[in-house]
Amino acid sequence: MPTNIDNRRIVRIEQTIVETPTVKTLVFKDSLSHAAKPGQFLMIWIPRIEEIPMSVMINSKEGYAAVTIRKSGVGSTALFERKTGDLIGLRGPYGNSYTLKKTYKKILIVGGGTGLVPLLRLASYASRLKIQSTVIIGARTKGEVFFENITRKIIQDTDSSLTICTDDGSYGFRGTTVELMSKVLHENTFDCVFTCGPELMMRKVVDLSNENSIAVQASLERYMKCGIGICGSCCLDGSLVCQDGTVFSGRQLSKMLDFGISYRDKDGQRINYF
Amino acid sequence: MLASGILGISQSIFERLYNENIGGIVTKSISVNPMKGYPNPTVVPIGGGSYINAVGLSNPGVDAFSRELSKNKKIPIMISLVGSSEKEFSRMVKVFDSLSILGYEINLSCPHVSKMGMEVGDDPEAVNKIVKTVRMNTAKPISVKVGVGSIDVVELARVAIDAGANIITAINTLRAMTIDIETMMPILSNRVGGLSGTAIKPIGVRCVYEISKNIKAPVIGCGGVSSWQDVIEYMMAGASAVQIGSVLGSNGPKIFNRMTKDLKNYVEKKGMKNISEIIGIAHKY
Repeated sequence: MPTNIDNRRIVRIEQTIVETPTVKTLVFKDSLSHAAKPGQFLMIWIPRIEEIPMSVMINSKEGYAAVTIRKSGVGSTALFERKTGDLIGLRGPYGNSYTLKKTYKKILIVGGGTGLVPLLRLASYASRLKIQSTVIIGARTKGEVFFENITRKIIQDTDSSLTICTDDGSYGFRGTTVELMSKVLHENTFDCVFTCGPELMMRKVVDLSNENSIAVQASLERYMKCGIGICGSCCLDGSLVCQDGTVFSGRQLSKMLDFGISYRDKDGQRINYF
Repeated sequence: MLASGILGISQSIFERLYNENIGGIVTKSISVNPMKGYPNPTVVPIGGGSYINAVGLSNPGVDAFSRELSKNKKIPIMISLVGSSEKEFSRMVKVFDSLSILGYEINLSCPHVSKMGMEVGDDPEAVNKIVKTVRMNTAKPISVKVGVGSIDVVELARVAIDAGANIITAINTLRAMTIDIETMMPILSNRVGGLSGTAIKPIGVRCVYEISKNIKAPVIGCGGVSSWQDVIEYMMAGASAVQIGSVLGSNGPKIFNRMTKDLKNYVEKKGMKNISEIIGIAHKY
Protein backbone atom coordinates (compact mmCIF):
# COMPACT_ATOMS: atom_id res chain seq x y z
CA MET A 1 0.00 0.00 0.00
CA PRO A 2 1.48 3.39 -0.94
CA THR A 3 1.94 5.76 1.97
CA ASN A 4 3.60 8.76 0.32
CA ILE A 5 0.91 10.82 -1.41
CA ASP A 6 3.48 12.18 -3.90
CA ASN A 7 4.15 8.69 -5.28
CA ARG A 8 2.40 8.25 -8.60
CA ARG A 9 0.02 5.30 -8.63
CA ILE A 10 -1.16 3.82 -11.92
CA VAL A 11 -4.70 2.51 -11.53
CA ARG A 12 -7.12 0.70 -13.82
CA ILE A 13 -10.55 2.23 -14.31
CA GLU A 14 -12.85 -0.50 -13.00
CA GLN A 15 -16.22 1.09 -13.63
CA THR A 16 -17.54 4.07 -15.59
CA ILE A 17 -20.85 5.63 -14.62
CA VAL A 18 -22.60 7.98 -17.06
CA GLU A 19 -24.15 10.72 -14.90
CA THR A 20 -25.38 12.96 -17.76
CA PRO A 21 -24.37 13.16 -21.45
CA THR A 22 -21.43 15.38 -20.42
CA VAL A 23 -20.61 14.05 -16.93
CA LYS A 24 -19.05 10.70 -16.07
CA THR A 25 -17.73 9.04 -12.92
CA LEU A 26 -14.67 6.77 -13.17
CA VAL A 27 -14.14 4.29 -10.34
CA PHE A 28 -10.72 2.89 -9.39
CA LYS A 29 -8.96 1.21 -6.48
CA ASP A 30 -6.63 3.39 -4.41
CA SER A 31 -6.57 3.26 -0.64
CA LEU A 32 -5.11 6.76 -0.21
CA SER A 33 -7.92 8.25 -2.30
CA HIS A 34 -10.53 6.17 -0.48
CA ALA A 35 -9.39 7.80 2.76
CA ALA A 36 -9.31 11.35 1.29
CA LYS A 37 -10.90 14.10 3.34
CA PRO A 38 -13.77 16.11 1.85
CA GLY A 39 -12.31 18.96 -0.21
CA GLN A 40 -9.02 17.23 -1.04
CA PHE A 41 -8.03 16.63 -4.63
CA LEU A 42 -5.95 14.30 -6.79
CA MET A 43 -3.67 15.18 -9.67
CA ILE A 44 -4.97 12.82 -12.37
CA TRP A 45 -2.58 11.88 -15.17
CA ILE A 46 -4.06 11.01 -18.53
CA PRO A 47 -0.91 9.54 -20.08
CA ARG A 48 0.65 11.64 -22.84
CA ILE A 49 -2.28 14.09 -22.78
CA GLU A 50 -2.68 16.08 -19.55
CA GLU A 51 -2.61 16.11 -15.77
CA ILE A 52 -5.53 17.82 -14.03
CA PRO A 53 -6.68 18.41 -10.46
CA MET A 54 -9.87 16.52 -9.59
CA SER A 55 -11.82 16.40 -6.35
CA VAL A 56 -12.04 12.87 -4.92
CA MET A 57 -15.46 11.25 -5.35
CA ILE A 58 -16.58 8.72 -2.74
CA ASN A 59 -17.12 5.07 -3.47
CA SER A 60 -18.73 2.71 -0.99
CA LYS A 61 -16.39 -0.22 -1.73
CA GLU A 62 -13.49 -0.47 0.74
CA GLY A 63 -10.28 0.84 -0.80
CA TYR A 64 -12.05 2.40 -3.80
CA ALA A 65 -12.56 6.00 -4.90
CA ALA A 66 -13.61 7.82 -8.06
CA VAL A 67 -13.45 11.06 -9.99
CA THR A 68 -16.39 12.78 -11.64
CA ILE A 69 -15.57 14.73 -14.79
CA ARG A 70 -17.50 17.23 -16.82
CA LYS A 71 -16.02 17.30 -20.29
CA SER A 72 -14.82 20.76 -21.23
CA GLY A 73 -11.10 21.29 -21.86
CA VAL A 74 -8.48 19.01 -23.43
CA GLY A 75 -7.69 17.18 -20.18
CA SER A 76 -11.24 16.73 -18.92
CA THR A 77 -12.48 15.60 -22.35
CA ALA A 78 -9.66 13.05 -22.62
CA LEU A 79 -10.45 11.78 -19.13
CA PHE A 80 -14.18 11.70 -19.94
CA GLU A 81 -13.41 9.45 -22.89
CA ARG A 82 -11.42 6.90 -20.85
CA LYS A 83 -13.13 3.49 -20.72
CA THR A 84 -13.29 0.70 -18.17
CA GLY A 85 -9.93 -1.05 -18.27
CA ASP A 86 -7.90 2.05 -19.24
CA LEU A 87 -4.99 3.14 -17.07
CA ILE A 88 -4.70 6.55 -15.43
CA GLY A 89 -2.09 7.87 -12.99
CA LEU A 90 -2.75 9.70 -9.77
CA ARG A 91 -0.95 11.48 -6.96
CA GLY A 92 -2.39 13.06 -3.85
CA PRO A 93 -4.80 13.54 -2.20
CA TYR A 94 -3.59 17.08 -1.62
CA GLY A 95 -4.93 20.16 0.13
CA ASN A 96 -6.94 20.87 3.24
CA SER A 97 -10.55 19.87 3.80
CA TYR A 98 -13.90 21.00 5.10
CA THR A 99 -13.99 21.12 8.89
CA LEU A 100 -16.91 19.52 10.70
CA LYS A 101 -16.84 20.81 14.26
CA LYS A 102 -18.04 18.44 16.96
CA THR A 103 -20.50 21.08 18.13
CA TYR A 104 -22.30 21.18 14.76
CA LYS A 105 -25.85 19.80 14.84
CA LYS A 106 -27.33 21.13 11.59
CA ILE A 107 -25.47 22.04 8.43
CA LEU A 108 -26.52 23.32 5.01
CA ILE A 109 -24.84 21.89 1.91
CA VAL A 110 -25.13 23.87 -1.33
CA GLY A 111 -23.72 22.29 -4.47
CA GLY A 112 -23.79 22.98 -8.17
CA GLY A 113 -22.74 20.46 -10.84
CA THR A 114 -19.54 18.54 -10.20
CA GLY A 115 -19.11 20.74 -7.13
CA LEU A 116 -21.19 18.07 -5.43
CA VAL A 117 -18.17 15.74 -5.38
CA PRO A 118 -16.45 17.01 -2.20
CA LEU A 119 -19.85 17.79 -0.66
CA LEU A 120 -21.06 14.17 -0.93
CA ARG A 121 -17.94 12.99 0.88
CA LEU A 122 -18.73 15.65 3.49
CA ALA A 123 -22.38 14.56 3.72
CA SER A 124 -21.31 10.98 4.29
CA TYR A 125 -18.96 12.07 7.11
CA ALA A 126 -21.78 14.17 8.57
CA SER A 127 -24.17 11.21 8.47
CA ARG A 128 -21.67 9.12 10.42
CA LEU A 129 -21.27 11.91 12.99
CA LYS A 130 -25.08 12.19 13.29
CA ILE A 131 -25.05 15.77 12.02
CA GLN A 132 -28.26 16.73 10.23
CA SER A 133 -27.61 17.91 6.66
CA THR A 134 -29.90 19.91 4.42
CA VAL A 135 -28.60 19.31 0.92
CA ILE A 136 -29.34 21.60 -2.04
CA ILE A 137 -28.42 20.35 -5.50
CA GLY A 138 -28.66 22.88 -8.29
CA ALA A 139 -28.64 22.51 -12.05
CA ARG A 140 -29.82 24.51 -15.05
CA THR A 141 -32.34 21.91 -16.17
CA LYS A 142 -33.64 18.43 -15.34
CA GLY A 143 -31.31 16.63 -17.73
CA GLU A 144 -28.28 18.08 -15.94
CA VAL A 145 -29.25 16.87 -12.47
CA PHE A 146 -27.06 14.03 -11.24
CA PHE A 147 -26.03 12.42 -7.94
CA GLU A 148 -29.65 12.40 -6.73
CA ASN A 149 -29.67 8.66 -5.96
CA ILE A 150 -26.29 8.55 -4.26
CA THR A 151 -27.23 11.56 -2.14
CA ARG A 152 -30.47 9.88 -1.07
CA LYS A 153 -28.47 6.76 -0.19
CA ILE A 154 -26.03 8.78 1.94
CA ILE A 155 -28.78 10.49 3.91
CA GLN A 156 -31.17 7.53 4.19
CA ASP A 157 -32.04 6.52 7.75
CA THR A 158 -31.03 10.01 8.98
CA ASP A 159 -33.10 13.14 9.52
CA SER A 160 -31.21 14.89 6.71
CA SER A 161 -33.01 16.10 3.60
CA LEU A 162 -32.37 16.77 -0.08
CA THR A 163 -33.91 19.48 -2.25
CA ILE A 164 -33.16 19.83 -5.93
CA CYS A 165 -33.58 23.05 -7.86
CA THR A 166 -33.39 23.84 -11.57
CA ASP A 167 -33.11 27.29 -13.13
CA ASP A 168 -35.93 26.48 -15.60
CA GLY A 169 -38.14 24.69 -13.07
CA SER A 170 -38.13 21.44 -15.06
CA TYR A 171 -37.32 19.52 -11.87
CA GLY A 172 -37.77 20.39 -8.20
CA PHE A 173 -37.74 23.99 -6.98
CA ARG A 174 -37.78 26.59 -9.75
CA GLY A 175 -34.83 28.91 -9.28
CA THR A 176 -31.12 29.02 -8.54
CA THR A 177 -29.35 27.35 -5.62
CA VAL A 178 -28.93 30.79 -4.05
CA GLU A 179 -32.66 31.55 -4.29
CA LEU A 180 -33.46 28.18 -2.74
CA MET A 181 -30.83 28.74 -0.06
CA SER A 182 -32.34 32.10 0.78
CA LYS A 183 -35.76 30.45 1.25
CA VAL A 184 -34.27 27.65 3.37
CA LEU A 185 -32.48 30.19 5.60
CA HIS A 186 -35.81 31.90 6.36
CA GLU A 187 -37.22 28.68 7.75
CA ASN A 188 -34.18 27.11 9.43
CA THR A 189 -31.02 27.81 11.37
CA PHE A 190 -27.67 26.17 10.64
CA ASP A 191 -24.30 25.91 12.34
CA CYS A 192 -22.41 26.13 9.06
CA VAL A 193 -22.91 26.31 5.29
CA PHE A 194 -20.72 24.21 2.99
CA THR A 195 -20.53 24.98 -0.70
CA CYS A 196 -18.81 23.96 -3.91
CA GLY A 197 -19.70 24.68 -7.52
CA PRO A 198 -19.27 27.46 -10.06
CA GLU A 199 -17.31 30.28 -8.40
CA LEU A 200 -19.93 32.95 -9.05
CA MET A 201 -22.51 30.75 -7.30
CA MET A 202 -20.12 30.25 -4.37
CA ARG A 203 -19.53 34.00 -4.14
CA LYS A 204 -23.28 34.49 -3.68
CA VAL A 205 -23.54 31.62 -1.18
CA VAL A 206 -20.67 33.09 0.84
CA ASP A 207 -22.13 36.61 0.74
CA LEU A 208 -25.57 35.35 1.79
CA SER A 209 -24.06 33.33 4.65
CA ASN A 210 -22.00 36.31 5.82
CA GLU A 211 -25.09 38.55 5.69
CA ASN A 212 -26.92 36.02 7.87
CA SER A 213 -23.93 35.64 10.21
CA ILE A 214 -23.61 31.92 9.49
CA ALA A 215 -20.19 30.30 9.21
CA VAL A 216 -19.44 29.18 5.66
CA GLN A 217 -16.76 27.05 4.01
CA ALA A 218 -16.20 26.91 0.24
CA SER A 219 -13.99 24.58 -1.81
CA LEU A 220 -12.39 26.44 -4.73
CA GLU A 221 -10.99 25.41 -8.07
CA ARG A 222 -8.09 26.94 -9.99
CA TYR A 223 -5.85 25.94 -12.89
CA MET A 224 -2.85 24.07 -11.46
CA LYS A 225 0.43 22.81 -12.82
CA CYS A 226 1.98 21.18 -9.77
CA GLY A 227 -0.73 20.80 -7.12
CA ILE A 228 1.90 21.05 -4.38
CA GLY A 229 2.68 24.71 -3.75
CA ILE A 230 5.49 25.26 -6.26
CA CYS A 231 4.13 26.71 -9.49
CA GLY A 232 1.90 29.46 -8.12
CA SER A 233 -0.70 29.06 -10.91
CA CYS A 234 -3.56 28.57 -8.45
CA CYS A 235 -2.97 31.77 -6.46
CA LEU A 236 -6.01 33.49 -5.04
CA ASP A 237 -4.81 36.77 -3.59
CA GLY A 238 -1.90 35.67 -1.35
CA SER A 239 -3.19 32.12 -0.93
CA LEU A 240 -2.58 28.98 -2.93
CA VAL A 241 -5.67 26.86 -3.62
CA CYS A 242 -3.54 23.68 -3.71
CA GLN A 243 -1.73 24.18 -0.41
CA ASP A 244 -3.81 26.64 1.66
CA GLY A 245 -7.12 25.34 0.18
CA THR A 246 -9.06 24.03 -1.51
CA VAL A 247 -11.34 24.99 1.37
CA PHE A 248 -11.50 28.58 2.61
CA SER A 249 -13.74 30.11 5.26
CA GLY A 250 -16.21 32.89 4.60
CA ARG A 251 -14.04 35.17 6.72
CA GLN A 252 -10.99 34.48 4.52
CA LEU A 253 -12.93 34.76 1.29
CA SER A 254 -14.65 38.03 2.14
CA LYS A 255 -11.19 39.69 2.32
CA MET A 256 -10.07 38.34 -1.04
CA LEU A 257 -10.09 40.52 -4.12
CA ASP A 258 -9.85 37.59 -6.56
CA PHE A 259 -12.72 35.45 -5.21
CA GLY A 260 -15.57 35.46 -7.70
CA ILE A 261 -13.72 38.10 -9.73
CA SER A 262 -10.65 36.70 -11.42
CA TYR A 263 -8.32 33.74 -11.92
CA ARG A 264 -4.97 33.11 -13.64
CA ASP A 265 -4.72 31.41 -17.01
CA LYS A 266 -1.93 29.10 -18.17
CA ASP A 267 0.55 31.91 -18.70
CA GLY A 268 -0.26 33.51 -15.35
CA GLN A 269 -2.27 36.48 -16.63
CA ARG A 270 -5.19 37.61 -14.53
CA ILE A 271 -8.50 36.89 -16.27
CA ASN A 272 -11.80 38.32 -15.06
CA TYR A 273 -14.89 36.10 -14.83
CA PHE A 274 -17.04 38.78 -16.43
CA MET B 1 15.71 34.40 -1.33
CA LEU B 2 13.00 32.84 -3.44
CA ALA B 3 14.42 31.08 -6.50
CA SER B 4 13.06 31.85 -9.94
CA GLY B 5 10.22 29.72 -11.28
CA ILE B 6 8.58 29.21 -7.90
CA LEU B 7 5.30 31.01 -7.02
CA GLY B 8 6.60 33.98 -8.97
CA ILE B 9 3.69 35.60 -10.81
CA SER B 10 1.59 37.45 -8.25
CA GLN B 11 2.22 40.59 -6.25
CA SER B 12 -0.11 39.31 -3.50
CA ILE B 13 2.06 36.21 -3.11
CA PHE B 14 5.18 38.42 -3.05
CA GLU B 15 3.62 40.43 -0.21
CA ARG B 16 2.91 37.27 1.73
CA LEU B 17 6.50 36.08 1.28
CA TYR B 18 7.79 39.50 2.33
CA ASN B 19 5.85 39.12 5.57
CA GLU B 20 7.63 35.80 6.09
CA ASN B 21 10.95 37.65 6.41
CA ILE B 22 12.20 36.80 2.94
CA GLY B 23 15.51 38.40 1.91
CA GLY B 24 14.60 38.79 -1.74
CA ILE B 25 12.41 37.42 -4.49
CA VAL B 26 13.32 36.33 -7.99
CA THR B 27 10.25 36.25 -10.21
CA LYS B 28 9.36 33.59 -12.74
CA SER B 29 11.34 34.13 -15.93
CA ILE B 30 9.58 36.74 -18.01
CA SER B 31 9.69 36.86 -21.81
CA VAL B 32 8.59 39.58 -24.24
CA ASN B 33 5.39 37.76 -25.17
CA PRO B 34 3.15 35.70 -22.86
CA MET B 35 4.02 32.00 -22.88
CA LYS B 36 1.56 29.25 -21.96
CA GLY B 37 4.30 26.72 -21.32
CA TYR B 38 3.93 22.99 -21.90
CA PRO B 39 0.78 20.99 -21.19
CA ASN B 40 0.74 19.10 -17.88
CA PRO B 41 2.32 17.06 -16.45
CA THR B 42 4.87 19.81 -15.97
CA VAL B 43 6.05 19.04 -12.44
CA VAL B 44 6.82 15.49 -11.29
CA PRO B 45 7.75 14.74 -7.68
CA ILE B 46 10.27 11.89 -7.87
CA GLY B 47 10.61 11.32 -4.14
CA GLY B 48 13.11 12.32 -1.49
CA GLY B 49 12.46 16.03 -1.97
CA SER B 50 13.45 16.08 -5.65
CA TYR B 51 11.40 17.07 -8.66
CA ILE B 52 11.66 17.06 -12.43
CA ASN B 53 9.87 19.91 -14.17
CA ALA B 54 9.28 21.10 -17.69
CA VAL B 55 6.91 23.99 -17.12
CA GLY B 56 8.14 25.56 -20.33
CA LEU B 57 8.79 29.07 -19.01
CA SER B 58 5.09 29.91 -18.78
CA ASN B 59 4.73 33.59 -17.92
CA PRO B 60 2.39 36.52 -18.59
CA GLY B 61 4.89 38.47 -20.70
CA VAL B 62 6.57 41.82 -20.11
CA ASP B 63 3.51 44.10 -20.34
CA ALA B 64 1.13 42.17 -18.08
CA PHE B 65 3.92 41.53 -15.59
CA SER B 66 4.95 45.17 -15.36
CA ARG B 67 1.30 45.95 -14.51
CA GLU B 68 1.43 43.21 -11.84
CA LEU B 69 4.46 44.83 -10.21
CA SER B 70 3.38 48.43 -10.75
CA LYS B 71 2.27 48.89 -7.14
CA ASN B 72 5.42 47.38 -5.66
CA LYS B 73 7.23 49.73 -3.29
CA LYS B 74 9.26 47.94 -0.68
CA ILE B 75 9.61 44.30 -1.69
CA PRO B 76 13.13 43.46 -2.94
CA ILE B 77 12.32 41.86 -6.28
CA MET B 78 14.71 40.72 -8.97
CA ILE B 79 13.01 40.09 -12.29
CA SER B 80 14.18 36.97 -14.07
CA LEU B 81 14.48 37.59 -17.80
CA VAL B 82 14.46 35.03 -20.58
CA GLY B 83 14.68 35.54 -24.31
CA SER B 84 16.29 34.55 -27.57
CA SER B 85 17.79 37.80 -28.81
CA GLU B 86 19.40 41.02 -27.58
CA LYS B 87 16.39 42.93 -28.90
CA GLU B 88 14.03 41.04 -26.63
CA PHE B 89 16.15 41.68 -23.55
CA SER B 90 16.51 45.39 -24.25
CA ARG B 91 12.75 45.77 -24.80
CA MET B 92 12.02 44.10 -21.43
CA VAL B 93 14.58 46.07 -19.45
CA LYS B 94 13.27 49.33 -20.91
CA VAL B 95 9.79 48.47 -19.60
CA PHE B 96 10.85 47.10 -16.22
CA ASP B 97 13.55 49.60 -15.31
CA SER B 98 11.15 52.30 -14.13
CA LEU B 99 9.54 49.92 -11.61
CA SER B 100 10.58 49.75 -8.01
CA ILE B 101 12.71 46.63 -8.27
CA LEU B 102 16.11 45.54 -7.04
CA GLY B 103 17.55 44.29 -10.32
CA TYR B 104 17.59 41.45 -12.82
CA GLU B 105 18.52 37.82 -13.03
CA ILE B 106 19.16 36.67 -16.59
CA ASN B 107 18.09 33.07 -17.10
CA LEU B 108 20.71 31.54 -19.40
CA SER B 109 20.25 28.02 -18.14
CA CYS B 110 16.67 26.71 -18.35
CA PRO B 111 17.33 23.20 -19.71
CA HIS B 112 14.06 22.43 -21.47
CA VAL B 113 12.99 25.21 -23.86
CA SER B 114 14.48 25.52 -27.32
CA LYS B 115 16.24 28.74 -28.38
CA MET B 116 16.09 30.06 -24.81
CA GLY B 117 17.85 29.47 -21.51
CA MET B 118 20.53 26.82 -21.77
CA GLU B 119 20.67 26.95 -25.56
CA VAL B 120 21.71 30.59 -25.22
CA GLY B 121 23.92 29.88 -22.19
CA ASP B 122 25.89 27.30 -24.15
CA ASP B 123 26.94 30.01 -26.61
CA PRO B 124 29.50 32.36 -24.96
CA GLU B 125 29.20 34.94 -27.73
CA ALA B 126 25.41 35.13 -27.25
CA VAL B 127 25.89 35.42 -23.48
CA ASN B 128 28.35 38.26 -23.97
CA LYS B 129 25.99 40.16 -26.27
CA ILE B 130 22.89 39.69 -24.11
CA VAL B 131 24.57 40.71 -20.87
CA LYS B 132 26.09 43.77 -22.58
CA THR B 133 22.67 44.72 -23.94
CA VAL B 134 21.03 44.47 -20.52
CA ARG B 135 23.96 46.41 -18.99
CA MET B 136 23.49 49.22 -21.49
CA ASN B 137 19.84 49.58 -20.52
CA THR B 138 20.07 49.57 -16.75
CA ALA B 139 22.14 50.79 -13.83
CA LYS B 140 20.59 48.19 -11.53
CA PRO B 141 22.45 45.04 -10.47
CA ILE B 142 22.43 42.15 -12.95
CA SER B 143 22.85 38.53 -11.96
CA VAL B 144 23.36 35.81 -14.54
CA LYS B 145 21.93 32.42 -13.68
CA VAL B 146 24.19 29.67 -14.92
CA GLY B 147 23.69 25.95 -15.07
CA VAL B 148 25.47 22.77 -15.92
CA GLY B 149 25.51 22.71 -19.71
CA SER B 150 28.15 21.95 -22.29
CA ILE B 151 30.33 24.90 -21.24
CA ASP B 152 32.26 24.90 -18.00
CA VAL B 153 30.31 26.85 -15.42
CA VAL B 154 33.33 28.94 -14.40
CA GLU B 155 34.00 29.92 -18.03
CA LEU B 156 30.38 30.96 -18.49
CA ALA B 157 30.45 32.98 -15.27
CA ARG B 158 33.62 34.72 -16.45
CA VAL B 159 32.03 35.69 -19.77
CA ALA B 160 29.00 37.08 -17.91
CA ILE B 161 31.01 39.14 -15.43
CA ASP B 162 33.35 40.44 -18.16
CA ALA B 163 30.27 41.57 -20.10
CA GLY B 164 29.04 43.65 -17.18
CA ALA B 165 27.06 41.34 -14.88
CA ASN B 166 27.51 41.99 -11.16
CA ILE B 167 26.44 38.67 -9.67
CA ILE B 168 26.32 34.98 -10.63
CA THR B 169 23.44 32.75 -9.57
CA ALA B 170 24.39 29.06 -9.59
CA ILE B 171 22.81 26.70 -10.46
CA ASN B 172 19.70 26.06 -12.52
CA THR B 173 18.00 22.66 -12.77
CA LEU B 174 19.81 19.83 -14.57
CA ARG B 175 18.45 18.22 -17.70
CA ALA B 176 16.69 15.04 -16.62
CA MET B 177 13.92 12.57 -17.42
CA THR B 178 11.49 10.18 -15.75
CA ILE B 179 9.55 7.31 -17.33
CA ASP B 180 6.51 5.55 -15.90
CA ILE B 181 7.18 1.79 -15.97
CA GLU B 182 3.51 0.73 -15.91
CA THR B 183 2.41 2.70 -18.97
CA MET B 184 5.99 2.68 -20.38
CA MET B 185 5.67 6.38 -21.20
CA PRO B 186 7.67 9.50 -20.32
CA ILE B 187 5.69 11.34 -17.65
CA LEU B 188 6.45 14.96 -18.59
CA SER B 189 4.57 16.17 -21.64
CA ASN B 190 7.90 17.59 -22.87
CA ARG B 191 9.52 14.21 -22.06
CA VAL B 192 12.67 15.91 -20.80
CA GLY B 193 12.85 18.50 -18.04
CA GLY B 194 15.04 19.90 -15.29
CA LEU B 195 15.94 18.16 -12.05
CA SER B 196 15.63 20.21 -8.87
CA GLY B 197 15.57 19.52 -5.16
CA THR B 198 17.84 17.63 -2.80
CA ALA B 199 19.38 15.47 -5.56
CA ILE B 200 21.25 18.42 -7.09
CA LYS B 201 22.58 20.10 -3.95
CA PRO B 202 26.13 18.68 -4.05
CA ILE B 203 26.47 19.77 -7.67
CA GLY B 204 25.29 23.27 -6.80
CA VAL B 205 27.72 23.47 -3.89
CA ARG B 206 30.57 22.40 -6.19
CA CYS B 207 29.66 25.02 -8.80
CA VAL B 208 29.43 27.82 -6.23
CA TYR B 209 32.78 26.72 -4.80
CA GLU B 210 34.51 26.74 -8.19
CA ILE B 211 32.98 30.02 -9.35
CA SER B 212 33.72 31.90 -6.15
CA LYS B 213 37.25 30.52 -6.11
CA ASN B 214 38.02 31.77 -9.61
CA ILE B 215 35.92 34.88 -10.11
CA LYS B 216 35.70 38.08 -8.12
CA ALA B 217 31.97 38.58 -7.97
CA PRO B 218 29.31 37.70 -5.43
CA VAL B 219 27.64 34.34 -6.03
CA ILE B 220 24.07 33.44 -5.15
CA GLY B 221 23.81 29.74 -4.36
CA CYS B 222 20.80 27.81 -5.58
CA GLY B 223 19.88 24.17 -5.99
CA GLY B 224 18.44 21.63 -3.61
CA VAL B 225 18.44 23.73 -0.44
CA SER B 226 15.94 22.18 1.94
CA SER B 227 17.21 23.20 5.39
CA TRP B 228 19.11 25.97 7.15
CA GLN B 229 22.11 23.64 7.25
CA ASP B 230 22.09 23.59 3.44
CA VAL B 231 22.13 27.41 3.43
CA ILE B 232 25.23 27.35 5.66
CA GLU B 233 26.91 24.79 3.38
CA TYR B 234 26.33 26.93 0.27
CA MET B 235 27.67 29.99 2.08
CA MET B 236 30.77 28.11 3.19
CA ALA B 237 31.29 27.17 -0.47
CA GLY B 238 31.26 30.88 -1.31
CA ALA B 239 27.66 32.01 -1.68
CA SER B 240 26.79 35.51 -0.44
CA ALA B 241 23.09 34.72 -0.63
CA VAL B 242 21.08 31.55 -1.11
CA GLN B 243 17.85 30.85 -3.00
CA ILE B 244 15.30 28.16 -2.23
CA GLY B 245 12.56 26.75 -4.40
CA SER B 246 11.50 23.11 -4.49
CA VAL B 247 11.37 22.89 -0.70
CA LEU B 248 8.37 25.25 -0.76
CA GLY B 249 6.43 22.23 -2.04
CA SER B 250 6.49 20.36 1.23
CA ASN B 251 6.86 23.32 3.60
CA GLY B 252 4.98 26.32 2.22
CA PRO B 253 6.07 29.97 2.53
CA LYS B 254 6.53 29.80 6.31
CA ILE B 255 9.86 28.07 5.72
CA PHE B 256 11.53 31.47 5.13
CA ASN B 257 10.73 32.67 8.61
CA ARG B 258 11.80 29.39 10.16
CA MET B 259 15.11 29.27 8.27
CA THR B 260 15.90 32.87 9.20
CA LYS B 261 15.39 32.08 12.88
CA ASP B 262 17.47 28.90 12.69
CA LEU B 263 20.29 30.73 10.89
CA LYS B 264 20.30 33.45 13.58
CA ASN B 265 20.54 30.75 16.26
CA TYR B 266 23.49 29.18 14.47
CA VAL B 267 25.32 32.50 14.20
CA GLU B 268 24.74 33.16 17.91
CA LYS B 269 25.82 29.68 18.95
CA LYS B 270 29.05 29.98 16.95
CA GLY B 271 29.76 33.36 18.54
CA MET B 272 29.86 35.20 15.22
CA LYS B 273 28.86 38.84 14.73
CA ASN B 274 27.49 38.31 11.25
CA ILE B 275 26.68 35.34 9.09
CA SER B 276 28.88 36.82 6.36
CA GLU B 277 31.88 35.57 8.31
CA ILE B 278 31.34 32.09 6.88
CA ILE B 279 31.16 33.09 3.21
CA GLY B 280 33.75 31.03 1.34
CA ILE B 281 35.30 29.71 4.53
CA ALA B 282 35.78 26.31 2.88
CA HIS B 283 38.29 27.87 0.48
CA LYS B 284 40.86 27.87 3.27
CA TYR B 285 41.33 24.15 3.03
